[in-house]
Amino acid sequence: MSVANRPVHRPLSPHLQVYRPQLTSTLSILHRATGIALSVGVLYLTVWVVCASGSYETYAKFQAFNGSIVGRFVLGGWLFSMFFHLFNGIRHLFWDLGYGFEIKDAYRSGWIVVAVSLVATAISWIVGLRLI
Amino acid sequence: MNSDLRSPLNRARGLGSAKSGVHHFWMQRLTAVALIPLVIWFAVSLVMLSGADYGMARAWLSSPFVMVLLILTICIGLYHGQLGIQVVIEDYVHNEGVKLALIVAVKFIAVFFGLAAIVASMRIGFGG
Repeated sequence: MSVANRPVHRPLSPHLQVYRPQLTSTLSILHRATGIALSVGVLYLTVWVVCASGSYETYAKFQAFNGSIVGRFVLGGWLFSMFFHLFNGIRHLFWDLGYGFEIKDAYRSGWIVVAVSLVATAISWIVGLRLI
Repeated sequence: MNSDLRSPLNRARGLGSAKSGVHHFWMQRLTAVALIPLVIWFAVSLVMLSGADYGMARAWLSSPFVMVLLILTICIGLYHGQLGIQVVIEDYVHNEGVKLALIVAVKFIAVFFGLAAIVASMRIGFGG
């Protein structure tokens, strides 16, 4: 068999259906997912400023949605997305500078990002609701 | 002898297969760095403001300091967001026409919302 006809066994991309999730891949996917969520969130932030520039009634409608169950769920999701994307984004910037590529370091920084994001979300939520 | 298959002109231009060089990559990082202090400021403000009524929200929004930082947060956020969404579209949409239309639409939406945020913010700040 000539070299040209020999079957080439190149590495395949991971098939998500049969791929055991790892912290690194999960956080990578979560970074993109939270980025998409935040792109919508910044549009919603604009809607907030526009509503505030309008009448009292307009703003009241906006506030009513924020206070609803769905509104609270969405705002909580955006809050977590904002912190996660912020902290994981800083992790990405360190990678861009060439730091933290060792597997051990990538896992450690990943767990730190998860912990700090959850704590920041919880503190913001609790302080925001005047629970402490 | 040049072992690179690219022409010297192509290398000097440095635009590569993306046809825009590292501009997208660089702007994504630059806006990311700018957003770090802005998002921290915004998160703290959001917590302080939660439960604010119409008057309190407007009073906060009308401060010149807040106007500058909020417009920066929204506009740089929109710019950073549309760069990211563009990559997502390029990864998953393989029809050239649909891909181009979606990317253009995302950029138009970003500019529209950015201007809306600036106008609304100034309307509050300058008492429209």
